[in-house]
Amino acid sequence: MTVKAWLEMAMHDAERRGLPELKPLLEALARATSALRTAEWNADATGDAALGPDPGSPSTPLGASANPLDSARGKADPGRGR
Amino acid sequence: MGADPLTIAGLSRALEARETTAEAVVERCLQRIAERNAALNAFITVFGDEARERARAADREMAAGRRRGPLHGVPISLKDLFDVRGTATTAASRVREHHVADADAPSVAALRDAGAIIIGKTNLHEFAFGTTNEDSAFGPARHPHDPNRSPGGSSGGSAASVADGMCFASMGTDTGGSIRIPSAVCGLVGLKPAFGELSTEGVVPLSGTLDHIGPICRSVEDAAILYDVLRGGGVRPTGKPIDLRALRLGVARGYFMALLDPQVAAAFDAACERLREAGARLEEVSIPHVGDVAAIYLHIVLTEAAAYHAKTLERRPEDYTPNVRIRLEMGRYVLGEDYARAMRGRELIRREVDAALEDQDALLLPTLPIPAPKIGAATVRIGAVEEPVRNVMLRCTQAFNLSGHPALSLPCGSTTDGLPVGAQIVGAAGDTPGLLRVAGAVESIVAARAAAHAGYLGPGGSR
Repeated sequence: MTVKAWLEMAMHDAERRGLPELKPLLEALARATSALRTAEWNADATGDAALGPDPGSPSTPLGASANPLDSARGKADPGRGR
Repeated sequence: MGADPLTIAGLSRALEARETTAEAVVERCLQRIAERNAALNAFITVFGDEARERARAADREMAAGRRRGPLHGVPISLKDLFDVRGTATTAASRVREHHVADADAPSVAALRDAGAIIIGKTNLHEFAFGTTNEDSAFGPARHPHDPNRSPGGSSGGSAASVADGMCFASMGTDTGGSIRIPSAVCGLVGLKPAFGELSTEGVVPLSGTLDHIGPICRSVEDAAILYDVLRGGGVRPTGKPIDLRALRLGVARGYFMALLDPQVAAAFDAACERLREAGARLEEVSIPHVGDVAAIYLHIVLTEAAAYHAKTLERRPEDYTPNVRIRLEMGRYVLGEDYARAMRGRELIRREVDAALEDQDALLLPTLPIPAPKIGAATVRIGAVEEPVRNVMLRCTQAFNLSGHPALSLPCGSTTDGLPVGAQIVGAAGDTPGLLRVAGAVESIVAARAAAHAGYLGPGGSR
């Protein structure tokens, strides 16, 4: 589902449920979702490696020590977010 | 460190030397609560009689030579998300008004075993879903320094209770910054240990993969004492203090400094300068995709919170405060594929934080971009930009909930109005004891004493 289609559906549902105050929040969420979907690090089924690093195994424990060699350094745009 | 009666360490030494008693200390805290809680609304429940009884028991034990450790006889409050057997865990919500906990949370049991005296349960942003403490079924908690301002959140009552001298420390929770933000805003030390280190069992969740528990207190040494007890003992940093001339700190500027109140920026820069003068090596580091953190965080926290609240949103929506209800409702619209994307982005952030730490002992950055916001303010102006308060307050902290790295806020200065400013230190993955060692060294150089903002009269009766 595209973000546009999702937002239309969500806005309609919020209206139907009598929650019009939800609409501006859904619009903000739609902007965040668009940003998330267009991020360069998203997975791609073509296997295009240029899209960024593979986050690795889902069993990797958060907070566990990571091998610096598997870090994303050098692959991401260093100027981004600065 | 000297015997500061405002800290746990100082009080502990005073109790050990029989300069005061647990009963006297508890009585003084209860008196302070009686005098000030109507103005600050920090506590939801006060365990007056039980605290007095336990204080007398602690005094008897210590007099008999059975000293349990540095928390013995120390009054501590709990954010009202922690289960205490036989009492309501309200989460500051009418949704929980008939709840009664059937057991202490393991963290609460550990504190009790160490001799801590639970003096009461503190106000919070309803279900911890907010950063200002304004949305609470019990009304907003207020800043001890200026009651027209927020003490931060979501552990706002906890921070207010410590900063105002109603107790010596408080247990909080941190899903996007809820320990570190109120600690910074109130001039305190707040520790978010590494993800998964401390049990969240018996604590009302917000977002299961982001939730942490940890202490809010007045010094790094106190944070280490509490952390040690909560971990089961034996992990408290010991040995030689860190040589500041060997300390390597990665200063994360860029995104974290792009939207910063000028007075916060000045206090942070001055702290950096003092560290440089003391011999620490400060080097700029970057987390390349930190600009994606807000979108990643939002999709995770909304989805996980909505899953927990789905039943009560259907059955009792009117029992939530309007703002919290509507934010929870938003989470019910997030698609599964976007949650999965966010979890992938989260892993990328974790790796980038690891990479930023590779040649550093810790990262150093502001805890939050603004001083305590005015209660009722929806937005805040920073330079020429008007930003939603919530977005601004989470900006510097939420990345480390995603990454799971241990992080601590300590006071590093204040604004011209006397409002505290916090600096955040982020430690290596899984190494909370290492973070505490670094924080102790940084505190010795930059910390504006938390006690300067406390109204508590110590055991000796002096500030």
